[in-house]
Amino acid sequence: MTSLPPIPGALRSVVARDGDTIVYVAREHLLDAMTWLKTTPGQDFNYLVDVTAVEYRDRERPLEVVYFLRSLERRADLRIKVELNPADELVVDSVYHLWHGADWLEREVFDMFGITFRGHPDLRRILMWETYAEGYPLRKSFPLRGRFSRAEQVRQALNANPEAHYSMEELSIAEAGGDLPDDMRDRLRRGERGVIPEPPNP
Amino acid sequence: MKRVGEVQSSNYLLAKFQHLVDWVVNSSRANSLWPMPFGTACCAIEFMATAASRYDFARFGMERQAFSPRQADVLICAGRLPFKLAPVIRRIYDQMPQPKWVISMGACASTGGVFDNYAMVQGIDTIVPVDVYVPGCPPRPEGLLYGILLLHKKIKGESLFDAVRRRDEQPLDEKGLRLPPETIDEISEPFGNSVHQFRSS
Repeated sequence: MTSLPPIPGALRSVVARDGDTIVYVAREHLLDAMTWLKTTPGQDFNYLVDVTAVEYRDRERPLEVVYFLRSLERRADLRIKVELNPADELVVDSVYHLWHGADWLEREVFDMFGITFRGHPDLRRILMWETYAEGYPLRKSFPLRGRFSRAEQVRQALNANPEAHYSMEELSIAEAGGDLPDDMRDRLRRGERGVIPEPPNP
Repeated sequence: MKRVGEVQSSNYLLAKFQHLVDWVVNSSRANSLWPMPFGTACCAIEFMATAASRYDFARFGMERQAFSPRQADVLICAGRLPFKLAPVIRRIYDQMPQPKWVISMGACASTGGVFDNYAMVQGIDTIVPVDVYVPGCPPRPEGLLYGILLLHKKIKGESLFDAVRRRDEQPLDEKGLRLPPETIDEISEPFGNSVHQFRSS
Protein backbone atom coordinates (compact mmCIF):
# COMPACT_ATOMS: atom_id res chain seq x y z
CA MET A 1 0.00 0.00 0.00
CA THR A 2 1.73 3.12 -1.20
CA SER A 3 -1.02 5.64 -1.68
CA LEU A 4 -3.44 6.30 1.14
CA PRO A 5 -7.14 6.77 0.51
CA PRO A 6 -7.93 10.44 0.00
CA ILE A 7 -10.66 10.39 2.60
CA PRO A 8 -9.80 12.58 5.56
CA GLY A 9 -10.07 10.82 8.87
CA ALA A 10 -10.69 7.40 7.41
CA LEU A 11 -7.32 5.85 8.09
CA ARG A 12 -6.49 4.93 11.65
CA SER A 13 -3.29 2.96 11.27
CA VAL A 14 -1.48 0.58 8.95
CA VAL A 15 0.23 -2.56 10.13
CA ALA A 16 2.44 -4.71 7.93
CA ARG A 17 2.94 -8.12 9.47
CA ASP A 18 3.96 -11.49 8.04
CA GLY A 19 3.61 -10.21 4.51
CA ASP A 20 0.06 -8.97 5.06
CA THR A 21 -1.07 -5.40 5.16
CA ILE A 22 -3.69 -4.60 7.76
CA VAL A 23 -5.44 -1.25 7.56
CA TYR A 24 -7.54 0.02 10.42
CA VAL A 25 -10.37 2.18 9.14
CA ALA A 26 -12.70 4.44 11.10
CA ARG A 27 -16.19 3.05 11.31
CA GLU A 28 -17.96 6.11 9.88
CA HIS A 29 -15.70 6.13 6.81
CA LEU A 30 -15.76 2.41 6.06
CA LEU A 31 -18.08 2.61 3.08
CA ASP A 32 -16.15 5.51 1.49
CA ALA A 33 -12.84 3.72 1.96
CA MET A 34 -14.21 0.46 0.56
CA THR A 35 -15.71 2.23 -2.45
CA TRP A 36 -12.38 3.92 -3.07
CA LEU A 37 -10.52 0.62 -2.78
CA LYS A 38 -12.84 -1.10 -5.21
CA THR A 39 -13.24 1.56 -7.88
CA THR A 40 -9.92 3.41 -7.99
CA PRO A 41 -7.63 2.33 -10.84
CA GLY A 42 -4.46 0.96 -9.34
CA GLN A 43 -6.34 -0.42 -6.35
CA ASP A 44 -9.04 -2.61 -8.01
CA PHE A 45 -9.86 -4.75 -5.02
CA ASN A 46 -12.70 -6.41 -6.88
CA TYR A 47 -13.03 -9.58 -4.80
CA LEU A 48 -14.24 -9.82 -1.22
CA VAL A 49 -12.71 -13.02 0.13
CA ASP A 50 -14.27 -13.06 3.58
CA VAL A 51 -15.91 -11.02 6.28
CA THR A 52 -15.48 -12.08 9.87
CA ALA A 53 -15.16 -10.60 13.33
CA VAL A 54 -12.91 -11.03 16.35
CA GLU A 55 -13.58 -10.53 20.02
CA TYR A 56 -10.40 -10.70 22.06
CA ARG A 57 -9.97 -12.22 25.46
CA ASP A 58 -8.73 -8.87 26.81
CA ARG A 59 -11.80 -6.91 27.76
CA GLU A 60 -10.22 -3.53 27.01
CA ARG A 61 -9.65 -4.44 23.39
CA PRO A 62 -12.46 -3.55 21.00
CA LEU A 63 -14.32 -5.95 18.72
CA GLU A 64 -12.98 -6.00 15.20
CA VAL A 65 -14.83 -6.60 11.97
CA VAL A 66 -12.33 -7.93 9.44
CA TYR A 67 -12.63 -7.71 5.67
CA PHE A 68 -10.31 -9.73 3.43
CA LEU A 69 -9.98 -8.07 0.03
CA ARG A 70 -8.18 -9.31 -3.05
CA SER A 71 -7.45 -7.78 -6.38
CA LEU A 72 -7.66 -10.58 -8.90
CA GLU A 73 -5.72 -8.74 -11.59
CA ARG A 74 -2.99 -7.34 -9.36
CA ARG A 75 -2.85 -10.49 -7.23
CA ALA A 76 -2.69 -8.36 -4.14
CA ASP A 77 -4.32 -8.94 -0.78
CA LEU A 78 -5.45 -6.39 1.75
CA ARG A 79 -7.02 -6.75 5.15
CA ILE A 80 -9.33 -4.03 6.43
CA LYS A 81 -10.31 -3.86 10.08
CA VAL A 82 -12.98 -1.78 11.76
CA GLU A 83 -12.87 -1.47 15.51
CA LEU A 84 -16.13 -1.42 17.45
CA ASN A 85 -16.44 -0.55 21.10
CA PRO A 86 -18.59 -3.27 22.72
CA ALA A 87 -20.08 -0.65 25.06
CA ASP A 88 -21.54 1.22 22.09
CA GLU A 89 -23.99 0.02 19.51
CA LEU A 90 -22.45 -2.68 17.34
CA VAL A 91 -23.32 -1.18 13.98
CA VAL A 92 -21.27 -0.99 10.84
CA ASP A 93 -22.18 -0.15 7.24
CA SER A 94 -22.92 -3.06 4.95
CA VAL A 95 -20.67 -3.52 1.93
CA TYR A 96 -23.31 -5.60 0.17
CA HIS A 97 -23.79 -2.96 -2.53
CA LEU A 98 -20.08 -3.10 -3.40
CA TRP A 99 -19.63 -6.87 -3.26
CA HIS A 100 -22.83 -8.92 -3.33
CA GLY A 101 -20.86 -11.81 -1.89
CA ALA A 102 -21.01 -10.00 1.43
CA ASP A 103 -24.65 -11.03 1.78
CA TRP A 104 -24.21 -14.33 3.63
CA LEU A 105 -20.85 -13.37 5.14
CA GLU A 106 -22.40 -10.43 6.94
CA ARG A 107 -25.36 -12.54 7.96
CA GLU A 108 -22.97 -15.00 9.56
CA VAL A 109 -21.18 -12.25 11.47
CA PHE A 110 -24.54 -10.94 12.61
CA ASP A 111 -25.61 -14.41 13.68
CA MET A 112 -22.47 -15.19 15.63
CA PHE A 113 -21.50 -11.76 17.03
CA GLY A 114 -24.67 -9.66 16.93
CA ILE A 115 -23.08 -6.95 14.82
CA THR A 116 -25.68 -5.12 12.77
CA PHE A 117 -24.85 -4.23 9.17
CA ARG A 118 -26.65 -1.05 8.21
CA GLY A 119 -28.07 -1.28 4.69
CA HIS A 120 -27.98 -5.07 4.42
CA PRO A 121 -31.01 -6.20 2.38
CA ASP A 122 -31.82 -9.35 4.36
CA LEU A 123 -30.10 -9.37 7.73
CA ARG A 124 -31.26 -12.44 9.66
CA ARG A 125 -29.63 -15.44 11.25
CA ILE A 126 -28.03 -17.90 8.87
CA LEU A 127 -26.45 -20.71 10.93
CA MET A 128 -28.72 -20.79 13.96
CA TRP A 129 -32.44 -20.94 13.36
CA GLU A 130 -34.20 -17.62 13.18
CA THR A 131 -36.13 -17.99 16.41
CA TYR A 132 -32.92 -18.78 18.33
CA ALA A 133 -33.30 -16.79 21.54
CA GLU A 134 -30.10 -17.46 23.48
CA GLY A 135 -27.89 -14.72 22.06
CA TYR A 136 -24.79 -14.61 19.92
CA PRO A 137 -22.66 -17.73 20.35
CA LEU A 138 -19.18 -16.43 19.48
CA ARG A 139 -19.28 -13.53 21.94
CA LYS A 140 -17.05 -14.02 24.95
CA SER A 141 -20.01 -13.46 27.27
CA PHE A 142 -21.82 -16.47 25.78
CA PRO A 143 -21.52 -19.68 27.85
CA LEU A 144 -20.18 -22.60 25.85
CA ARG A 145 -23.24 -24.79 26.42
CA GLY A 146 -25.74 -22.02 25.80
CA ARG A 147 -27.93 -20.14 28.24
CA PHE A 148 -30.83 -22.57 28.53
CA SER A 149 -30.86 -26.03 30.00
CA ARG A 150 -30.44 -28.97 27.65
CA ALA A 151 -34.09 -29.94 28.01
CA GLU A 152 -35.21 -26.42 27.17
CA GLN A 153 -32.89 -26.39 24.15
CA VAL A 154 -34.33 -29.70 22.97
CA ARG A 155 -37.86 -28.44 23.51
CA GLN A 156 -37.26 -25.27 21.53
CA ALA A 157 -35.44 -27.15 18.78
CA LEU A 158 -38.27 -29.66 18.43
CA ASN A 159 -40.82 -26.86 18.33
CA ALA A 160 -38.98 -25.14 15.49
CA ASN A 161 -40.48 -25.62 12.06
CA PRO A 162 -37.76 -26.44 9.53
CA GLU A 163 -39.77 -25.13 6.59
CA ALA A 164 -40.50 -21.82 8.29
CA HIS A 165 -36.97 -20.63 7.66
CA TYR A 166 -37.44 -20.06 3.96
CA SER A 167 -38.79 -16.94 2.36
CA MET A 168 -41.27 -17.10 -0.50
CA GLU A 169 -38.49 -16.08 -2.89
CA GLU A 170 -36.31 -18.97 -1.80
CA LEU A 171 -39.23 -21.38 -2.12
CA SER A 172 -40.03 -20.12 -5.58
CA ILE A 173 -36.42 -20.66 -6.63
CA ALA A 174 -36.66 -24.27 -5.46
CA GLU A 175 -40.16 -24.54 -6.93
CA ALA A 176 -41.21 -25.91 -3.58
CA GLY A 177 -43.96 -23.40 -2.83
CA GLY A 178 -46.64 -25.62 -4.36
CA ASP A 179 -45.74 -28.53 -2.08
CA LEU A 180 -46.40 -26.64 1.14
CA PRO A 181 -49.70 -26.81 2.97
CA ASP A 182 -51.95 -23.81 2.48
CA ASP A 183 -51.67 -22.46 6.00
CA MET A 184 -47.87 -22.46 5.80
CA ARG A 185 -47.96 -20.68 2.43
CA ASP A 186 -50.24 -18.02 3.86
CA ARG A 187 -48.03 -17.61 6.88
CA LEU A 188 -44.89 -17.22 4.76
CA ARG A 189 -46.63 -14.77 2.45
CA ARG A 190 -47.44 -12.61 5.44
CA GLY A 191 -43.77 -12.74 6.38
CA GLU A 192 -44.21 -14.82 9.52
CA ARG A 193 -41.33 -17.15 10.13
CA GLY A 194 -42.34 -19.21 13.11
CA VAL A 195 -42.97 -18.46 16.73
CA ILE A 196 -40.26 -17.42 19.15
CA PRO A 197 -40.64 -19.84 22.06
CA GLU A 198 -41.19 -18.53 25.53
CA PRO A 199 -38.19 -18.79 27.87
CA PRO A 200 -38.70 -21.17 30.77
CA ASN A 201 -40.11 -19.93 34.03
CA PRO A 202 -37.33 -19.54 36.60
CA MET B 1 -52.61 -88.89 33.19
CA LYS B 2 -52.72 -88.28 29.50
CA ARG B 3 -51.45 -90.86 27.18
CA VAL B 4 -49.01 -90.22 24.43
CA GLY B 5 -50.81 -89.08 21.28
CA GLU B 6 -53.74 -87.61 23.13
CA VAL B 7 -54.72 -84.06 22.25
CA GLN B 8 -52.42 -81.63 24.03
CA SER B 9 -53.64 -78.71 26.05
CA SER B 10 -54.93 -75.87 23.93
CA ASN B 11 -52.53 -73.45 25.65
CA TYR B 12 -49.60 -75.56 24.58
CA LEU B 13 -50.77 -75.59 20.98
CA LEU B 14 -51.41 -71.85 21.05
CA ALA B 15 -47.94 -71.20 22.40
CA LYS B 16 -46.40 -73.38 19.70
CA PHE B 17 -48.44 -71.55 17.09
CA GLN B 18 -47.40 -68.14 18.43
CA HIS B 19 -43.80 -69.26 18.48
CA LEU B 20 -44.03 -70.35 14.86
CA VAL B 21 -45.67 -67.08 13.78
CA ASP B 22 -43.08 -65.05 15.67
CA TRP B 23 -40.28 -67.02 14.12
CA VAL B 24 -41.60 -66.49 10.59
CA VAL B 25 -42.37 -62.81 11.05
CA ASN B 26 -39.21 -61.92 12.95
CA SER B 27 -36.96 -63.81 10.55
CA SER B 28 -38.55 -61.96 7.66
CA ARG B 29 -38.15 -58.62 9.35
CA ALA B 30 -34.62 -59.13 10.62
CA ASN B 31 -33.28 -60.47 7.36
CA SER B 32 -34.74 -57.83 5.11
CA LEU B 33 -34.14 -54.58 6.96
CA TRP B 34 -34.35 -51.50 4.80
CA PRO B 35 -32.06 -48.87 6.25
CA MET B 36 -32.70 -45.16 6.04
CA PRO B 37 -29.25 -43.54 6.19
CA PHE B 38 -29.17 -40.19 7.95
CA GLY B 39 -25.51 -39.26 7.49
CA THR B 40 -24.40 -35.91 8.83
CA ALA B 41 -20.65 -36.27 9.40
CA CYS B 42 -17.61 -38.53 9.12
CA CYS B 43 -19.57 -41.56 10.37
CA ALA B 44 -21.42 -41.42 7.06
CA ILE B 45 -18.12 -42.16 5.30
CA GLU B 46 -17.74 -45.34 7.34
CA PHE B 47 -21.39 -46.08 6.67
CA MET B 48 -20.71 -45.85 2.94
CA ALA B 49 -17.72 -48.14 3.37
CA THR B 50 -20.02 -50.60 5.14
CA ALA B 51 -22.46 -50.45 2.26
CA ALA B 52 -19.76 -50.82 -0.38
CA SER B 53 -18.37 -54.02 -1.79
CA ARG B 54 -15.72 -54.97 0.76
CA TYR B 55 -18.02 -55.08 3.80
CA ASP B 56 -21.34 -55.11 1.94
CA PHE B 57 -24.17 -55.09 4.44
CA ALA B 58 -26.43 -56.37 1.69
CA ARG B 59 -25.21 -59.75 2.93
CA PHE B 60 -27.41 -59.15 5.97
CA GLY B 61 -30.52 -58.32 3.99
CA MET B 62 -29.96 -54.59 3.74
CA GLU B 63 -29.67 -54.65 0.00
CA ARG B 64 -32.09 -51.85 -0.56
CA GLN B 65 -31.31 -48.53 1.08
CA ALA B 66 -34.43 -46.48 1.45
CA PHE B 67 -33.89 -42.81 0.87
CA SER B 68 -37.50 -42.21 1.77
CA PRO B 69 -38.39 -42.71 5.43
CA ARG B 70 -41.81 -43.99 4.39
CA GLN B 71 -40.21 -47.13 2.97
CA ALA B 72 -37.66 -47.79 5.67
CA ASP B 73 -37.40 -50.03 8.73
CA VAL B 74 -34.26 -48.85 10.45
CA LEU B 75 -32.99 -45.30 10.78
CA ILE B 76 -29.21 -45.15 10.96
CA CYS B 77 -28.10 -41.79 12.32
CA ALA B 78 -24.45 -41.54 11.32
CA GLY B 79 -22.84 -38.41 12.67
CA ARG B 80 -23.39 -35.48 14.96
CA LEU B 81 -26.80 -33.91 15.14
CA PRO B 82 -27.10 -30.16 15.64
CA PHE B 83 -30.22 -28.74 17.26
CA LYS B 84 -31.24 -27.32 13.92
CA LEU B 85 -31.62 -30.89 12.60
CA ALA B 86 -33.52 -32.15 15.65
CA PRO B 87 -37.02 -31.44 14.24
CA VAL B 88 -35.90 -32.94 10.92
CA ILE B 89 -34.85 -36.30 12.35
CA ARG B 90 -37.92 -36.29 14.57
CA ARG B 91 -40.15 -35.88 11.53
CA ILE B 92 -38.22 -38.53 9.59
CA TYR B 93 -38.72 -40.91 12.50
CA ASP B 94 -42.41 -40.09 12.68
CA GLN B 95 -42.78 -40.72 8.97
CA MET B 96 -41.35 -44.23 9.18
CA PRO B 97 -44.02 -46.95 9.39
CA GLN B 98 -44.08 -49.38 12.28
CA PRO B 99 -42.23 -51.55 13.06
CA LYS B 100 -39.17 -49.33 13.08
CA TRP B 101 -35.79 -49.32 14.74
CA VAL B 102 -33.02 -46.78 15.21
CA ILE B 103 -29.26 -47.31 15.20
CA SER B 104 -27.21 -44.50 16.69
CA MET B 105 -23.84 -44.72 14.98
CA GLY B 106 -20.79 -43.18 16.60
CA ALA B 107 -19.97 -41.18 19.69
CA CYS B 108 -21.58 -37.92 18.56
CA ALA B 109 -24.94 -39.43 17.69
CA SER B 110 -24.96 -41.44 20.91
CA THR B 111 -23.78 -38.83 23.44
CA GLY B 112 -22.80 -35.62 21.65
CA GLY B 113 -19.18 -36.75 21.71
CA VAL B 114 -16.64 -33.96 21.98
CA PHE B 115 -19.26 -31.43 20.92
CA ASP B 116 -20.55 -30.55 24.38
CA ASN B 117 -21.64 -27.08 23.24
CA TYR B 118 -24.60 -24.86 22.52
CA ALA B 119 -25.31 -26.16 19.03
CA MET B 120 -25.29 -29.93 19.42
CA VAL B 121 -27.86 -32.47 20.56
CA GLN B 122 -26.34 -34.48 23.41
CA GLY B 123 -27.36 -37.89 22.11
CA ILE B 124 -30.15 -38.50 19.62
CA ASP B 125 -31.98 -40.51 22.27
CA THR B 126 -33.21 -37.14 23.53
CA ILE B 127 -35.04 -36.80 20.19
CA VAL B 128 -35.94 -40.33 19.04
CA PRO B 129 -35.83 -43.68 20.86
CA VAL B 130 -32.71 -45.66 20.01
CA ASP B 131 -32.35 -49.45 19.81
CA VAL B 132 -28.62 -49.97 19.21
CA TYR B 133 -25.73 -47.66 20.04
CA VAL B 134 -22.53 -48.23 18.06
CA PRO B 135 -19.50 -46.74 19.81
CA GLY B 136 -16.49 -45.38 17.98
CA CYS B 137 -15.25 -42.16 16.49
CA PRO B 138 -16.10 -43.13 13.84
CA PRO B 139 -16.87 -46.86 14.23
CA ARG B 140 -15.17 -49.15 11.78
CA PRO B 141 -17.46 -51.00 9.35
CA GLU B 142 -17.05 -54.11 11.49
CA GLY B 143 -18.49 -52.14 14.39
CA LEU B 144 -21.54 -51.10 12.42
CA LEU B 145 -22.02 -54.65 11.16
CA TYR B 146 -21.87 -55.88 14.75
CA GLY B 147 -24.50 -53.31 15.67
CA ILE B 148 -26.69 -54.49 12.82
CA LEU B 149 -26.31 -58.10 13.99
CA LEU B 150 -27.26 -57.01 17.51
CA LEU B 151 -30.34 -55.40 16.06
CA HIS B 152 -31.13 -58.69 14.27
CA LYS B 153 -30.89 -60.43 17.61
CA LYS B 154 -33.17 -57.89 19.21
CA ILE B 155 -35.74 -58.18 16.43
CA LYS B 156 -35.71 -61.97 16.63
CA GLY B 157 -36.48 -61.73 20.33
CA GLU B 158 -39.61 -59.68 19.84
CA SER B 159 -43.06 -61.20 19.93
CA LEU B 160 -46.20 -60.17 18.13
CA PHE B 161 -48.22 -61.53 21.05
CA ASP B 162 -46.32 -59.73 23.76
CA ALA B 163 -48.50 -57.77 26.14
CA VAL B 164 -46.18 -54.82 25.72
CA ARG B 165 -46.80 -54.07 22.06
CA ARG B 166 -44.56 -51.88 20.00
CA ARG B 167 -46.09 -48.45 20.13
CA ASP B 168 -45.20 -44.94 19.19
CA GLU B 169 -43.13 -43.54 21.98
CA GLN B 170 -44.51 -40.10 22.68
CA PRO B 171 -42.93 -37.54 24.97
CA LEU B 172 -44.43 -37.50 28.44
CA ASP B 173 -44.65 -33.73 28.64
CA GLU B 174 -43.46 -30.63 26.86
CA LYS B 175 -39.92 -31.22 28.13
CA GLY B 176 -39.60 -34.01 25.58
CA LEU B 177 -38.72 -36.81 28.01
CA ARG B 178 -40.05 -40.29 27.37
CA LEU B 179 -39.36 -41.61 30.85
CA PRO B 180 -39.93 -39.98 34.23
CA PRO B 181 -36.91 -37.83 35.21
CA GLU B 182 -36.13 -39.97 38.28
CA THR B 183 -35.89 -43.08 36.10
CA ILE B 184 -33.61 -41.32 33.65
CA ASP B 185 -31.25 -40.07 36.35
CA GLU B 186 -31.20 -43.51 37.91
CA ILE B 187 -30.12 -45.32 34.75
CA SER B 188 -27.82 -42.64 33.36
CA GLU B 189 -24.82 -40.70 34.55
CA PRO B 190 -23.82 -37.05 34.24
CA PHE B 191 -22.68 -36.58 30.70
CA GLY B 192 -20.38 -34.39 28.72
CA ASN B 193 -17.65 -32.57 30.59
CA SER B 194 -20.10 -31.31 33.16
CA VAL B 195 -20.89 -32.79 36.54
CA HIS B 196 -24.06 -30.73 36.87
CA GLN B 197 -25.69 -31.76 33.61
CA PHE B 198 -28.05 -34.70 33.90
CA ARG B 199 -29.96 -36.30 31.08
CA SER B 200 -33.25 -35.26 32.59
CA SER B 201 -32.39 -31.62 33.31
